[in-house]
Amino acid sequence: MIYAVAVLAPLFGSTIAGLLGRAIGDRAAMAITILCMILATICGETAFIQLVWGGAPSSEIRLADWLSAGSFHVSWTLRYDTLSAVMVAMVTFVATLIHIYSIGYMAHEHKPVARFFSYLSLFSFAMLMLVTANNLLQLFFGWEGVGLASYLLIGYWYEKPSACAAAIKAFVVNRIGDLFFAVGIAMIFFLFGSISFSTIFAAVPQHINDTYALFGTNDRAFEVIGILLFIGATGKSAQIGLHVWLPDAMEGPTPVSALIHAATMVTAGVFLMARISPILEYAPIALGVITVIGGTTALFAATVGCVQNDIKRVIAYSTCSQLGYMFVAAGAGAYQVSIFHLITHAFFKALLFLSAGSVIHAMSDEQDMRRMGGLWKKIPLTYTVMWVGSLALAGIFPFAGYYSKDAILEAAFANGSPSAIYGFVCGVLAAFLTAFYSWRLLLMTFHGKPRADRDVMAHVHESPVVMTLPLIVLAIGALIAGFSLRELFIGADWHTFWRGSIGNAAGNHVLARMEDIPAWAALAPSVFGLLGIALAYYMYMFATDLPGRLAARFAPLYRFVLNKWYFDELYDLVFVRPAFAIARLLWQVGDATIIDGVPNGIATLAEDFSGQAVKLQTGSIAVYAFSMLIGVVLLIAIFLIFR
Amino acid sequence: MNQAGFPLLSLITWLPLLGGAVILSLRGDEDVIAANARWAALWTSLIVFALSLLLWSEFDSSEAGFQFVENVPWLPEFGVGYRMGVDGISVLFVLLSTLLTPICILASWEAVRKNVREYMLVFLVLETMMVGTFCALDFVVFYMFFEGVLIPMYLIIGIWGGPRRVYSAFKFFLYTLAGSVLMLLALLAMWHSAGTADISVLLHTQFPTNMQYWLFLAFLASFAVKVPMWPVHTWLPDAHVEAPTAGSVILAGVLLKMGAYGFLRFSVPMLPQASAYFAPLIYALSVVAVIYTSLVALAQTDMKKLIAYSSVAHMAVVTIGIFTFNIQGIDGALFQMLSHGIVSGALFLCVGVIYDRMHTREIARYGGLAERMPAYAVTFMLFTLASIGLPGTAGFVGEVLVLFGSFKVNFWLSLLGGSGMILGACYMLYLYRRVIFGRLTRADLQSILDLSPREIALFAPLVLLTLWMGVYPSSFTHFFENSVSAMVVQHRAAIEGTSRAAARASFPLASRMVVPVAQNVVH
Repeated sequence: MIYAVAVLAPLFGSTIAGLLGRAIGDRAAMAITILCMILATICGETAFIQLVWGGAPSSEIRLADWLSAGSFHVSWTLRYDTLSAVMVAMVTFVATLIHIYSIGYMAHEHKPVARFFSYLSLFSFAMLMLVTANNLLQLFFGWEGVGLASYLLIGYWYEKPSACAAAIKAFVVNRIGDLFFAVGIAMIFFLFGSISFSTIFAAVPQHINDTYALFGTNDRAFEVIGILLFIGATGKSAQIGLHVWLPDAMEGPTPVSALIHAATMVTAGVFLMARISPILEYAPIALGVITVIGGTTALFAATVGCVQNDIKRVIAYSTCSQLGYMFVAAGAGAYQVSIFHLITHAFFKALLFLSAGSVIHAMSDEQDMRRMGGLWKKIPLTYTVMWVGSLALAGIFPFAGYYSKDAILEAAFANGSPSAIYGFVCGVLAAFLTAFYSWRLLLMTFHGKPRADRDVMAHVHESPVVMTLPLIVLAIGALIAGFSLRELFIGADWHTFWRGSIGNAAGNHVLARMEDIPAWAALAPSVFGLLGIALAYYMYMFATDLPGRLAARFAPLYRFVLNKWYFDELYDLVFVRPAFAIARLLWQVGDATIIDGVPNGIATLAEDFSGQAVKLQTGSIAVYAFSMLIGVVLLIAIFLIFR
Repeated sequence: MNQAGFPLLSLITWLPLLGGAVILSLRGDEDVIAANARWAALWTSLIVFALSLLLWSEFDSSEAGFQFVENVPWLPEFGVGYRMGVDGISVLFVLLSTLLTPICILASWEAVRKNVREYMLVFLVLETMMVGTFCALDFVVFYMFFEGVLIPMYLIIGIWGGPRRVYSAFKFFLYTLAGSVLMLLALLAMWHSAGTADISVLLHTQFPTNMQYWLFLAFLASFAVKVPMWPVHTWLPDAHVEAPTAGSVILAGVLLKMGAYGFLRFSVPMLPQASAYFAPLIYALSVVAVIYTSLVALAQTDMKKLIAYSSVAHMAVVTIGIFTFNIQGIDGALFQMLSHGIVSGALFLCVGVIYDRMHTREIARYGGLAERMPAYAVTFMLFTLASIGLPGTAGFVGEVLVLFGSFKVNFWLSLLGGSGMILGACYMLYLYRRVIFGRLTRADLQSILDLSPREIALFAPLVLLTLWMGVYPSSFTHFFENSVSAMVVQHRAAIEGTSRAAARASFPLASRMVVPVAQNVVH
């Protein structure tokens, strides 16, 4: 019951604020959405506590029927197990803080902001539906719902052309993944005759050796499903290939970025992998692909993050990279670890984005780090929490990221398969780059000489309390989430915590073997992280002309990374432009000339023919008599010949 | 006589014509006639809608066969009768027609200013023809209504249409008529072979397989134009562009469904072997249509044309669903037809709203309307999302069921047929962005007004239906569930019958190949 309230309260708030926002005014709309979110948080946390410590049984809460067609039945049902409850607890908590923060951040808007709060709550609701879904179609409902909400929020400032473009890009790129996801669901229905999790998971043993003919060869059906669903996750979680929407999503107001990157949306793909772990466990090739893509993304995004100058863009690429880590863990079979990192990441990434928002707020909407610097004395609180967030992101002991990131790399190493080792190597290198760009961000933003003009600097101020309070709460989370949750999530007793909500195959001992890896492998990420910090200090505090010289020395490489490996340009060249060109071609040549040419041509032909036929009727008796004569002669001739 | 105790279907069918007669008898000043004609038409259509609600509540959805059957001998010596009746497949289309007609009349309230009396008359005649098409249980009656629809629609486009109305009206008429002539031949051949024109008898008549092929092609010629399928779709964008708003709504909402309804009523159940044989052709044409017309929609500069092309793409999903021959596919196709009827109708109304104000459909002439028309922006957004097939709206259910059904046939069919999900998002969001978002720069848009109470009344039922169909689709699917599963079972039995016969005729391999496929495909 309280679980259902946790999911549905945000929908209520969103509907009221959205439909009646103009009538009841901004203050009332804010109050109602935030009260609903607080209610949802209380219920969400209670449900989590009851499940984990209160001995409440896992259950399914059926709300209503949805859809049936033949043997296909789907209902609106909430799934109450550890995996869902963990996610609900995290999403409601972080989303509520972001709501509260938004009061301060959106205070200077000229237009009513009820719409904004309605969208925020809608976003939270969609994510809650996603994580509590009891069947794949309901999960898909939430999946598309977060896509919609992100579209609305990224394009919130609809007068900005760049915001509209980013919003469409986010939706369409996500849709590409969604199509594969939907086909994957169709395949699960084809194979299992159901898309409800309990039925599917119970039937896994009967279908392990099923094959499916794709490309003419018989592939293992689970591999095909795994790959299809992973492509879906690639879109939502911004993995390499379908990551292009995430950096552009910066066009929305900063709280939106925090919501997208921390609590909702991008974590959905990781969650999906954990949710369908009972199937994935028997799809080794798919797992290998997941690890390789995850590792590549972690490294790729980290390289791009090192050279960006927009403060939000750096953090955006760090999200991309951290999600890569989570996929490495999932691919290595350590889904619990990936969820662990998902939770700790939610705290420190929300913290980083909101503090970046605080900086932007202080700097009168300046986002370029090249025009910042020397801020630390003016906004000490933001500076402090940013440190906490960066320490957690870089994985420095004892901050949250240290526990979860190390666990991922240990799991990858312990797995030992070639793809997992690749993931491990990428992860360690990315850890170095992560620490580097985090301190580059800190140093460029807060240290050195102020590079902004005097007016802006004079106006720099610490944010109001509605903004700083969430920052402090998140900072505490980023500090303690690691060591307080580690035992619970991946400690020796992880079986009793997860209670089978994540499936591990009988032969999967990755979690147990994590303790046994050699010391050098366990220490490597921390050492590389510290080296990254040291390098950033050297380059941005002491040898401040070095970055410029390096960029000039390795200009082609620098441009390649600065331009995000030219993904956008490539896609524009390969997909966007050809699509529009083909569209015009099909329309003007295909439809207008060829297809319409046939009936129009026949019409013209008939017209010409009748035009000629008309000319026969000249009205001259002599001509008529003459043609009659010819006719008679012909008839007689025929008669004589064939007699 | 039937469940209602009186000839309900005939009443729903012919009452609009009676209303038309009343309108015809109006006398007085031009303004008075116009006002009275409007009100008379609105009341007639509302009463008809109320009657069809009675049909909806009295309909027994647990029954797979025909209900409310009326049977009056007409030409008994030729086996022709005035037979009416509805089953789960047709009943909701009757409701769709009777729902959209009052909405269309209300939408034309101020937009149509010339020959109002004739306009309203023609619209009521159109309603009779549409409802009759879906109720007819005798193919002579069916053919009469099916063709009869052309005349009022031809007039609506040709008289009250835009500048190129005559070209479009001719194109619409000739395309549809050319196909229908072949259908008439097919119907005559069937009548000749079975000795009756009774559809409920023909549904259980086994035609020789060779004959089925020819019959199928003849039906295809007629229904493919009506759906419309690629490559005989080009009449549709022209007709939509020139038709008045209400004409477009009916055209997209009901007329396009007649082709798909024809496939479901005639081709699939009466010609099972030929349907199975030609299914790959339908798949191919449909997949081409999804991709081709979605891309063409992307390039459009005229709002109505864009939505017209999107209709072709959405109807292609319907044809895929019908020819999967399994419950999910056909259920999905039916649902998609209903939801497309509501959603595309509503989208044309959305275009109509701003066309009435600015008298242009050129996308480039708009931009930034969200500023001045917030209620309109929300409404348009909802229908845009429904058209894209967002879960929770009507558009999703049909699309996803067809995806599931088509997966049972072939992986690539479901992937390529589903690609409308991506392309649809591209062209619809791109349209929305250009019209609603951006900065309001044009001076003449500064004073544009938001939705009037009349327009809100138009959209309210459609908004509710769109959400209702998305959140609780079972209240619609249970109407056709039994009829569809009966049809699927019958189809499977027919196909297995042939494969057994083929097996007896020393084709042991064929039976082994066909039977598992059929089993796989049905449930």
